[in-house]
Amino acid sequence: MVDPQLTPQGKLRHLLTLDGLPAAMLRQILDTAESFMDVGERDVKKVPLLRGKSIFNLFFEPSTRTRTTFEIAAKRLSADVVNLNIATSSQTKGETILDTVANLTAMHADMFIVRHGQSGAAHFIARHVAPHISVINAGDGRHAHPTQGLLDMFTIRRYKGGFQNLRVAVVGDVLHSRVARSQISALTTLGVPEVRVVAPKTLLPPGVEQLGVHLFYDMREGIRDCDVIIMLRLQNERMKGARLPSAHEYFKQYGLTAAKLARAKPDAIVMHPGPMNRGVEIDSEVADGPQSVILPQVTYGIAVRMAVMAMLAGGGGD
Amino acid sequence: MLVALPDAEDLITRLAAAVRSQLAADTAIVGIHTGGAWVAQRLRDALSGDHPLGELDISFYRDDFSRIGLHPQVKPSRIPFTVEDRPLLLVDDVLYTGRTVRAAMNELFDYGRPSQIRLAVLIDRGGHELPIRPDFVGATLAIPPGQNVELRCDDGRLSLALK
Amino acid sequence: MKIHIKNGRLVDPKNAHDGRADLYLAAGKIVGVGEAPADFHANRVIDAAGCVVCPGLVDLSVRLREPGYEYKATLESEMLAAAAGGVTSLACPPDTDPPLDEPGLTEMLKFRARNLPGPRVYPIGAMTQKLEGTRLTEMAELNEAGCLAFSQADVALTDSQVLLRAMEYAATFDYSLWLRPQDAFLSRGGVAHDGPVAARLGLPGIPTLAETVALSTILLLARETGVRVHLRRLSARESIAMVRAAKLQGVRVSCDTTIQNLHLSEMDLLGFDSHYHLQPPLRSLADRDALREALKDGSIDALCSDHTPLDEDDKQMPFGESAPGASAVELLLPLALKWAREMAVPLSQALDLVTWKPAQVLGIDAGHLSLGAPADLCVFDPEAEWTVSPALLRSQGKNTPFLGQRLQGRVRYTVIDGHLDYEA
Repeated sequence: MVDPQLTPQGKLRHLLTLDGLPAAMLRQILDTAESFMDVGERDVKKVPLLRGKSIFNLFFEPSTRTRTTFEIAAKRLSADVVNLNIATSSQTKGETILDTVANLTAMHADMFIVRHGQSGAAHFIARHVAPHISVINAGDGRHAHPTQGLLDMFTIRRYKGGFQNLRVAVVGDVLHSRVARSQISALTTLGVPEVRVVAPKTLLPPGVEQLGVHLFYDMREGIRDCDVIIMLRLQNERMKGARLPSAHEYFKQYGLTAAKLARAKPDAIVMHPGPMNRGVEIDSEVADGPQSVILPQVTYGIAVRMAVMAMLAGGGGD
Repeated sequence: MLVALPDAEDLITRLAAAVRSQLAADTAIVGIHTGGAWVAQRLRDALSGDHPLGELDISFYRDDFSRIGLHPQVKPSRIPFTVEDRPLLLVDDVLYTGRTVRAAMNELFDYGRPSQIRLAVLIDRGGHELPIRPDFVGATLAIPPGQNVELRCDDGRLSLALK
Repeated sequence: MKIHIKNGRLVDPKNAHDGRADLYLAAGKIVGVGEAPADFHANRVIDAAGCVVCPGLVDLSVRLREPGYEYKATLESEMLAAAAGGVTSLACPPDTDPPLDEPGLTEMLKFRARNLPGPRVYPIGAMTQKLEGTRLTEMAELNEAGCLAFSQADVALTDSQVLLRAMEYAATFDYSLWLRPQDAFLSRGGVAHDGPVAARLGLPGIPTLAETVALSTILLLARETGVRVHLRRLSARESIAMVRAAKLQGVRVSCDTTIQNLHLSEMDLLGFDSHYHLQPPLRSLADRDALREALKDGSIDALCSDHTPLDEDDKQMPFGESAPGASAVELLLPLALKWAREMAVPLSQALDLVTWKPAQVLGIDAGHLSLGAPADLCVFDPEAEWTVSPALLRSQGKNTPFLGQRLQGRVRYTVIDGHLDYEA
């Protein structure tokens, strides 16, 4: 099957998932992001790279945080940014996704940043856009959130210097998490020798081992001697069904506390894609503690998104 | 048609001599990645002052980005000093169209407002497309269009080659 | 109309006939096999040289979309599509709008179908009123109106007591129930086989358990009540073993699977193409291979198309939001042939699974070329290659995962009730 993300020349055409992207491509994105890091510290926090380009934030599912980081990244590249919260506008009037896409194409869009509640929605849109338009998946259902996965890799590389000798634990609601899927693809592609997944069976998809991870049901065992601990957000609605009895019990079993963290390596870093549920998946003491790199993740997210946009805007044209 | 190329090391010496008396003590030397950065490093060594040294990768400022895309190996620019109100010596290996210098100046202004920018190049090969001229030059050559002069670095020794 | 089909290779699985023989049709019957009856003067001679002449196909699951879904497809378009696929008899599930739960509706459907060229239409009656799974339909009335069996279509029956009562009632009159085993709760919210591919793509899963748990209930209740059950569209390896065991115990059960599940698997979902969104979901390669074997060894009784024409908007959506189903009636024959080639199964055995055997399941006199039998047959070129494309499909639904695929086997003529209803 042809990877819709790459041009025949192997350049990035869209960014839909990290699953299947070669390690060299991931490293190139991280390297490019490294170059964008200092742009945020200059007097003028902008480079003229995407001057005259129109980037549309197409959010079929509301998310102020993610949308804002994409918006900042686009503006630092001098692009024009238009935000559309489609969840609250045309979709409810019965306009199909394809109608929306056609309309925005007629407005001379160059890039779509897409967030949608359905897995595969970004693939679907990418299949139907005009050839000059690139699509960045900003989260589709449970499937993928590639820029989040990349910024997590960027964070790990900054703090740990590389991926070769690491033990990384991803803890929490893997079943519903697009972030976890992107992290797992990137970690395994970049050569992390041991990726662990820690969760109760109700929050794990069947066959998750085939993604190349080791399963742990006991968190104390799962994070033992880890270099990196990635906590996943637990949506409150998970407590409504039969997957979990209560937030209280979840926190006792799978919440990251200082006592549990002590089992990881002393220099382990703690990551979280945000927004955090303090007292559900992570204790404030840890979230705000010295091993937490949760705020730097946000900063890095902008550089990583700048890198992806720059590579897409310049890469696809031929 | 063959053009005899001068020795790069000689040009560095000549350029350093031209620049030496002209630089204020707080002037920072900024090389354009990659050839310009080598020249900048050598100039600073030759000038024996402690001029701060910087390096620019102008990939994010190129005016041909939408045609050729992002260079696959972008390096971070490194400007470890304040640009505001400081005189700068911008250094490149070869001056051709002037577009690289324009991009570099645009980038420098995003770090702050320098009090002065002067341009030093090892070779001015002609073919300018912008009103940009060097303040200091190692050698002026007439290279026909379609040929490129390239600065190479082998074990720290610089040399010029035609491509 | 008298038709003489000459020079063809006659393959009639029921009568174990496979060889060169001419066929003579008159007054809607087969009046001569190999030898012309006395004084036979054909109005039409069909030269079937290089072609196979076989009984018309019997498709156990074709949605004609009437009444209620005429915007997706019409009786005219789908009857023509079926004829173009060599199908001469078809059963249509009751999930129309309104559902086929009243004699008037089924009579109307049969009447409309009878007045159009194309296959004989056998509506499957709704098992419960409005398919709601609470009150039984008037099965005897519906039977008189032409319903040969009763079904919930794809609408899950969650109340096992109602299922038990429906079985007891159907057994009283020896009606057959056509059931699709899928537990409503275990499949809730799912859109894809709950395996490694769904895990990777983040698609909500339908576990194999959703099929086997429901199947287990059906088989136990069927054994208890003695009802005849036909299991529609099995998708999992484990289900086949369960059905095989039940048959050995004397449970009156038969089953079918679809051409989609026979050729495709969860691996095909990797590009998120909504055309692969099907019910039952495409399962693992191991499941697919088990279905292929079971069809060969006879554990699965029939192969059907599960034709579900959709309009374009139904599929022009992200995978999980798209409507499940494939337009398939025109691919039943070529995909049966493809399976036979890949599995080294004789042509006659492959045709048996789409002619005589499904006719037995449906309980109709069709699917064979005996002297005196209804003149329902199909003439196809087994070597002709073609590429599946929207333009070549007669069905109004162009939604097939096989678009762009090269298939072998093309129908040239379809004769139904002695009439040449389709001619390529």
